[in-house]
Amino acid sequence: MKRKRRLSYAKYGYIFSIPFVAAFLIFSLYPTLYTAFIGFTDLKGLLKTSMNILEDPFQNFRLILNNASFRLSLVNTLKIWLMNFIPQILLALLLTAWITSSRNKIRGKGFFKVVFYLPNIITAATIAILFNVLFGYPMGPINDILVKTGALAQPYYYLSDKTASQLIIAFIQFWMWYGYTMIILVSGVLGINPEIFEAAEIDGANDWQTFFLITLPNLRTILLFVLITSMIGGLNMFDIPKLFNLGQPGNATLTTSLFIYNQAFSGSYLYNRAAAASMIVFAIIVIFSIAIFLLMRDKGAAQEKREARQLARQIKRGEYLGKGAGK
Amino acid sequence: MMRSSSAGRAAYRLFIYAFLIFLAVLSLFPFVIMFINATRSTFEIQQSGISLIPSSYLASNYAILTGKTFDPLKGFYNSVIISTGATVLAVYFSTLTAYALFAYSWKLRQAFFTVILAVMMIPAQVTSIGFYQFMYRIGMTNNHLALILPAIASPATVFFMRQYMMASLQLELVDSARIDGSGELSTFNRIVLPVMKPAMATQAIFIFVASWNNLFLPLILLTDNDKYTLPIMVSLLRGDIYRTEYGAVYLGLALTVLPLFVIYFLLSKYIIAGVALGAVKG
Repeated sequence: MKRKRRLSYAKYGYIFSIPFVAAFLIFSLYPTLYTAFIGFTDLKGLLKTSMNILEDPFQNFRLILNNASFRLSLVNTLKIWLMNFIPQILLALLLTAWITSSRNKIRGKGFFKVVFYLPNIITAATIAILFNVLFGYPMGPINDILVKTGALAQPYYYLSDKTASQLIIAFIQFWMWYGYTMIILVSGVLGINPEIFEAAEIDGANDWQTFFLITLPNLRTILLFVLITSMIGGLNMFDIPKLFNLGQPGNATLTTSLFIYNQAFSGSYLYNRAAAASMIVFAIIVIFSIAIFLLMRDKGAAQEKREARQLARQIKRGEYLGKGAGK
Repeated sequence: MMRSSSAGRAAYRLFIYAFLIFLAVLSLFPFVIMFINATRSTFEIQQSGISLIPSSYLASNYAILTGKTFDPLKGFYNSVIISTGATVLAVYFSTLTAYALFAYSWKLRQAFFTVILAVMMIPAQVTSIGFYQFMYRIGMTNNHLALILPAIASPATVFFMRQYMMASLQLELVDSARIDGSGELSTFNRIVLPVMKPAMATQAIFIFVASWNNLFLPLILLTDNDKYTLPIMVSLLRGDIYRTEYGAVYLGLALTVLPLFVIYFLLSKYIIAGVALGAVKG
């Protein structure tokens, strides 16, 4: 009797999944497969829709892989991502260590979190153009400050300097994201069993020993999450390089996303090449993600169990925060 | 001995505060310059790029700004339509999908959940060429629905909702509604949604902001000026027509930042709590 009832309810599992599945098939899976297909065709030119598979199906992929601009864009993207990510994770870890240490008793944690996270919710397009005018030449605010304080003898034309342009874009990314990374790491630390920290204190561990021997190893999964999401975001960087300096000077800030956009939506509208480039970037993202995952994975189910408990605790805390705005 | 170590600790704490305050200034400073320069004339800005005193050219900057292609009200209106539509759809259908995964035992349940986890990380850019061609063929470019409807399938939100449901939804509630003769969908709407409210509110903020800030897809899909979203309007400020109009550019940027500042400072507590919860995604 009971069994029959359960069976009759099972169909709602399917029914309630239909909207998601339909939207996913139409707007996500089909476009992905379609993109892959276009990569093998001769589709180019504005407003054109007819296409044929090329005699040499891999021609677009080969052309893209041998394209100097594409290679440069890959190098640029990785370089800008690393110049952003390494300082970002180091600063976020340092701030996490400071903020969560019971000995430092930092006040105003809430205030600092709110302010550090602020740039993250502002439109990236706006931020890119804001930094473009801040670093303006000859009398942008940055030049103004540096010349008036005597740090520079005369205004510097940052936007015409390849390294400066890359560094500024890396800085913008760093500036927008370290607060986010810090909040995630702090929440990870709060999820660690406090008894471990108490035991360490009793054993006489100092701040740095506690941090390197207890906090860091326990943050492993969260660091993995931060690393993979940051890498995927970094490899898809578009708004900031596009609007900060239009990929210039000399293609120094041309990223892979910007390359794909330029191939498809400007010049001769090479949709097929752009599609092939998209698939290559996608493959790179998948390979990197798997590699990072395998490198950092903890063996055994013990870790997973600990995470599950941590998760439950954090969700409870979030619910508490959500309901009782008082605390 | 004790004293020197506590003095050392105090100096160390002072250093930490100084550094934290430096970072806070760094976060706010560009926006402060932006708001102040939005009130200064282009001539003043070219004389000195930075000033801590607002000037009186707000109105004339606004006239220059809107005298060209930049139409903040239209951009605002379009962005509100798209972001609201996407948020409502994403939150409702993600909760419904999470409920399907949580409350019913069906054969493909585990497989379905695995697929959701796998596609959670696929970035939009990767599928953009196919998406654009597809939308072009069915005449959906320049149609806001092309930017709203895909939100029905938001894997990351489904994942979040499912986690929250496991921690806070009791199936006894659902069972007793069934005994009272409530239909399944109506049980979901009347009993489950209220329980999920805190999670839905948190997710709504993030989906709204992400949709609001999105540039890539609107940029390739919308070619008609009347359909432009705010980020596309912003990208016009980078064009040649505003090249020498610094006051107007700062004002245009400030206008796009202002609504986000208001939302952020009203909801910052929930936003920060939501970011912290995001850690569980890993």
